[in-house]
Amino acid sequence: MLDGNAIAGTMTEVFGAEMTLVVATCAGCGAQGPLAETAVYVSAPGIVVRCRSCDTALMVVVERDGVCCVDVRGIADLREPASGRRW
Amino acid sequence: MNWRLATVVELIGETDRTTSIVLTVPDWPGHRAGQHVDVRLTAEDGYQAQRSYSIASAPEDDVLVLTVERLDDGEVSSYLVGELRQGDELELRGPIGGYFVWEEALGGPLLLVGGGSGIVPLRAMIRHRFARRSAVPVRLLYSARSLDEVIYREELLAADGRGGVDVRFTLTREQPDGWNGYDRRIDGDLIAEVAWTPAERPIAYVCGPTAFVEVAADALVSLGHQAGRIRTERFGPTGR
Amino acid sequence: MHISRGFHGRHREQADAARVPPGQYVTSDFPVLSAGPTPRVSLDEWTFSIRGQVDEPRSWSWDEFQALPREDITVDIHCVTKWSKLDTGWAGVSMDTLLAGVETAAEHVLAFCDGGYTTNLPLEDVTGGRAWVAFGYDGDPLDPEHGGPARLLVPHLYFWKSAKWVRGIDLRVDDEPGFWEGYGYHNYGDPWREQRYAGD
Repeated sequence: MLDGNAIAGTMTEVFGAEMTLVVATCAGCGAQGPLAETAVYVSAPGIVVRCRSCDTALMVVVERDGVCCVDVRGIADLREPASGRRW
Repeated sequence: MNWRLATVVELIGETDRTTSIVLTVPDWPGHRAGQHVDVRLTAEDGYQAQRSYSIASAPEDDVLVLTVERLDDGEVSSYLVGELRQGDELELRGPIGGYFVWEEALGGPLLLVGGGSGIVPLRAMIRHRFARRSAVPVRLLYSARSLDEVIYREELLAADGRGGVDVRFTLTREQPDGWNGYDRRIDGDLIAEVAWTPAERPIAYVCGPTAFVEVAADALVSLGHQAGRIRTERFGPTGR
Repeated sequence: MHISRGFHGRHREQADAARVPPGQYVTSDFPVLSAGPTPRVSLDEWTFSIRGQVDEPRSWSWDEFQALPREDITVDIHCVTKWSKLDTGWAGVSMDTLLAGVETAAEHVLAFCDGGYTTNLPLEDVTGGRAWVAFGYDGDPLDPEHGGPARLLVPHLYFWKSAKWVRGIDLRVDDEPGFWEGYGYHNYGDPWREQRYAGD
C-alpha cells in the first residue's frame, strides 16, 4: 500500500494537471486531505485510491486499450487550495 | 507531460544493490527537489512496464540522476540495475509531483527522515540546499541496514557538520566496530531525539517503505508537530 | 515506439497453448493483487452465509464449514491482468454442497466479502461443479494475502470473480454489478472469449 505520490503521473495524465496537492473530501466520512496522502493500491486490475480514515474507494483508475478512465464517485469535493480550482 | 528519450551517460554503483543512472534529457524543463519521473520500458513484443523513480540530482545539477534499488523480484529494477548500459536510451516523463517538494523559499528548519531508498529525494533536497548556499538548518535521520547499504555515504558524511547540516544514520542490522551512532529501527524515541521541537516549526519530509513512513509520521504528530508540515512519500513494489 | 534494448519483462513459462486463453502468459509466480487492505478476521467470528432469494437463509461457522465434505482440486487460473497459472491446487467445499436443496427463483449471485469487495455471477456459473469456497492452497491454509481464511474459487472465469475473503453469497433475481464490474470490467468475464472490459 502506497500513497498518492505513486500515481502522480497517472493523475496528471487523467486530470490534465498536477494533482498531489489537490484536496479531496471523502464522500463516505467527510475526511479531507491532499491526494498525495491517500492510501493507494496499485497492484490490482485497476488503481484504487482509498480514504485513510474510512477505506472508502475515493477514486478508481482503470486502463483500457491505453486510455485511463477515472471514476471519482467516492469524492464529494475536489479542490486545489492554492488556486481554488474545483473539479 | 510527454514521454521523452533520455540518454544514459554514466552508471555509478552506489551500494551492492543500488545504482545511480546519470542521464541527459533533451529540452529538460528543470525540476524541483523531491520530484520524480516515470520510467517506461518496452519489450520487442510491445509489452510495457512502468515505474516511478525519485530524482536524485538537484535542480542546479547539469545532469539528471536517478538512483534505483534492485528489488528481488523487480522486473524493471533488475533491468535498470544490471542490464542498462552507457549509451542506452531510457523513456521517461516528468518531472512529476507538487506535494513532496522542498525548495529554499519554503524555509525551515528542515527535518528529513529517510529509510532505505527513501533517501533519494531527500538527497536532492540537500544538494539543492547547498547549491543555493541556503542557511536553512537541516537534520537528516537516515535508516539503513548497514553502513555498506547507506546510499551516498561519502557525500552525506562530508555534508555532516557543514554549515547547519546534521546527518545521523541508524544502522539497523549491522554496525561497524566502534560505532556509537544509532543502531535500531526507527521508533518514537529516536524521532523525538532527532527532531526539532514543535515550537521550532520544522518542515518534515519522510520517505521510505510504508511501515517506516507511518512510524515516523505518527511519531512526529504524537510529539505535537503540525500534520500540515509533515510531508510523506511511501515507497514500495508496484509491479504485479 | 521506443524499444528498450535488452528488456524482456517477466519470465514466461512455456505451456500447452490449448491451456492458455487469448492474451494471457503463464507464470510460475502467484502475484498478489488487491483493491484494498487485507482484512483480518478471527475464525471464531467467521461465517459463510447464503441469503437473499432463498426460503431459509443458511450460515456456517468455521467449525461447521470444516465439517462439510471437502474436495481437493487442481485447476488453471486466469487473471485479467494477463497472467495465468496452471495446475494450482486448492482445498475447499463445493458450492453445490453449500447450495444443496436451496429453493430459489434467483438467477444471479452477488458474492460479498470482508473489506467490502463484491463480485456478481450467474447462479448457474457457481453450480455444476464449477465453483468452490476454498480455504487451502498448495497444501497449506490459504494465506490472508491470497484471500484467507477463505475465498470463492471460480476458475472458468477471470480470477477477479474468485472473490477473496468471501463471507457469503446473496441470491438475487436482478443482476447487481460487483466492485470491478461497476468500474468497467466485463459483467461475465470469460477468459476464452477475452471478456475483460464491459462491451468486449
